Amino acid sequence: MSAAHYLALSAILFTIGGVGVLVRRNAIVVFMCVELMLNATNLAFVSFARMHGNLEGQIIAFFVMVVAAAEVVVGLAIIMTIFRTRRSSSVDDANLLKY
Amino acid sequence: MSTSTSVSAVLAQSEIPAPHIEYGQIAPILVVFGAAVVGVLVEAFVGRRRRYLVQLPLTAVGLAAALLGTIVLAFDKPFHVAAEGALGVDGPTLFVQGTVLVLALVSLLLIAERQQGHFAAQAAALPGSEAEQETAAAGTVQTEVFPLMLFAVGGMITFPAANDLLTMFVALEILSLPLYLLCGLARRRRLLSQEAAVKYFLLGAFSSAFFLYGVALLYGYAGSVRLSAIADQLSRNAGQETLLLAGTALLSVGLLFKLGAVPFHMWKPDVYQGAPTPITALMASCTTVSAFGAILRVYYVAFENLRWDWRPAMWGVAILTMVVGAVIAVTQTDVKRMLAYSSIAHAGFLLTGVVATSRDGLSGSLFYLAAYGFTVIGAFAVVAMVRDTGGEAAHLSRWAGLGRRSPVVAGTFAFFLLAMAGIPLTSGFTGKFAVFSAAVQGGATPLVVVGVIASAIAAFFYVRVIVVMFFSEPEADGPSVVAGPATAAAVALGLTATVVLGVLPQPVLDLAGHAASQMFVR
Repeated sequence: MSAAHYLALSAILFTIGGVGVLVRRNAIVVFMCVELMLNATNLAFVSFARMHGNLEGQIIAFFVMVVAAAEVVVGLAIIMTIFRTRRSSSVDDANLLKY
Repeated sequence: MSTSTSVSAVLAQSEIPAPHIEYGQIAPILVVFGAAVVGVLVEAFVGRRRRYLVQLPLTAVGLAAALLGTIVLAFDKPFHVAAEGALGVDGPTLFVQGTVLVLALVSLLLIAERQQGHFAAQAAALPGSEAEQETAAAGTVQTEVFPLMLFAVGGMITFPAANDLLTMFVALEILSLPLYLLCGLARRRRLLSQEAAVKYFLLGAFSSAFFLYGVALLYGYAGSVRLSAIADQLSRNAGQETLLLAGTALLSVGLLFKLGAVPFHMWKPDVYQGAPTPITALMASCTTVSAFGAILRVYYVAFENLRWDWRPAMWGVAILTMVVGAVIAVTQTDVKRMLAYSSIAHAGFLLTGVVATSRDGLSGSLFYLAAYGFTVIGAFAVVAMVRDTGGEAAHLSRWAGLGRRSPVVAGTFAFFLLAMAGIPLTSGFTGKFAVFSAAVQGGATPLVVVGVIASAIAAFFYVRVIVVMFFSEPEADGPSVVAGPATAAAVALGLTATVVLGVLPQPVLDLAGHAASQMFVR
């Protein structure tokens, strides 16, 4: 299989993640979709690294994983606190700030 | 395959060469992060009562030392890239870093204000719960904001210096993650604050995923994420143009989101309204300056030869940002939300400086950033002072007659609003003039016409607030002005800077012109 197939797969995964963020209501699921987008990006980085024959893309993939992990820590903390005050993790319920 | 050969070539070397890091060149960044790490240790090891007294000087000294470092580096010419090309230390970057650090010091005055208690003593305690009453009774003061703020500021001064897109992405996350948390820490109106944090976090993570996919595509185009390598590839006219254009577009989404340009502005009013006011001031000033610095670097260094492709899109974004920001601000009834829309409009004015793609555009934008940063911090500091029993009286109707009750505070706020509208003899006028004249020279006259019209619309709602404050009867139970010493100092600094940059702008204009004279290093 050529690297282009992996790029297509990464684009598909990124799109699924993006659509998921837009249509899902649960904050945790929305956040999982963002993580899916980041992982799709990693796949693209590694495929491009293979195509270019340098290691930069593979190294970036590690950085992305670390950043994604840090984002999980902060994100889940924020979602947890709002869940505890509201008893709901639906993003539709958080509607006090508008217009 | 070539990959495996390059891997074995690396492994075959008996000794892997250590990277060469110019510690002196990146000292400001290291100092701020160092102070942040020490701040975390203070949280762990110093007793609860003494933490505030340790954290505040630590934060102030860290920021001041970093500021001193940027000033020293500004004399250290010629400029060059540092840390194996990961960071560019040059005139515009040092100007942006210095501006961020000065504005962060002013915001620190607001954050450190103990008299008004903007922050929840313990963010994990539910509002109204026993745990919260206990912490309140024990007199606990929120001190985690200081290291969080330092981490955010560290990210903010790395972001505009990043000379490759990986460093830029990491800096973007370092500046964003603490801000997401800080947004949710308000003591009063906790639900709004937490909602702001969730919205900012989800949308911010979404936009940084776009940024990152853009980086991936540009890596695919150029085989490197170094900005200069992308520029070289562009000038050779090699590589796949699809990757380049799609990558540029996705990268721009992430950058314009941080700046709050239309159509990526939806988070801004919600977050600015819900976040604790000192944090709003920090975001409105420092984050804007930092994000704009990064945008300037990306578009002036990496995509300079692509400008015939991105300029039309940037025109559209700038026009939309100015018009939407100004028009929607007219209908706002919450002061913080109105200032948020006004900051969206200002992001549009700033983008005209990017469209100019010239030395004058660069120096004009730098001046505008410094001037606007001071004005907006001062304005939010005044918002933090006008209070009633429920905390800040942010609804515009509550501000009725404030001019009769506290003429000095209302007059100061009116002056900040006039500066944002761009009335002559304020810093706003000089900034707008510098940016717009550069845009006219750059052939973007229609953009400037739209900008002037948007300024006129904006002036309408600024004047409306002034009319409400001075020409309506005060309510019987209206808000009173509670001025803590630190908040008052922040207002005074903002006011002084706004007046001085309006009446005597030449020294700072020269400084910005000087900083821009050598453009960015590659």
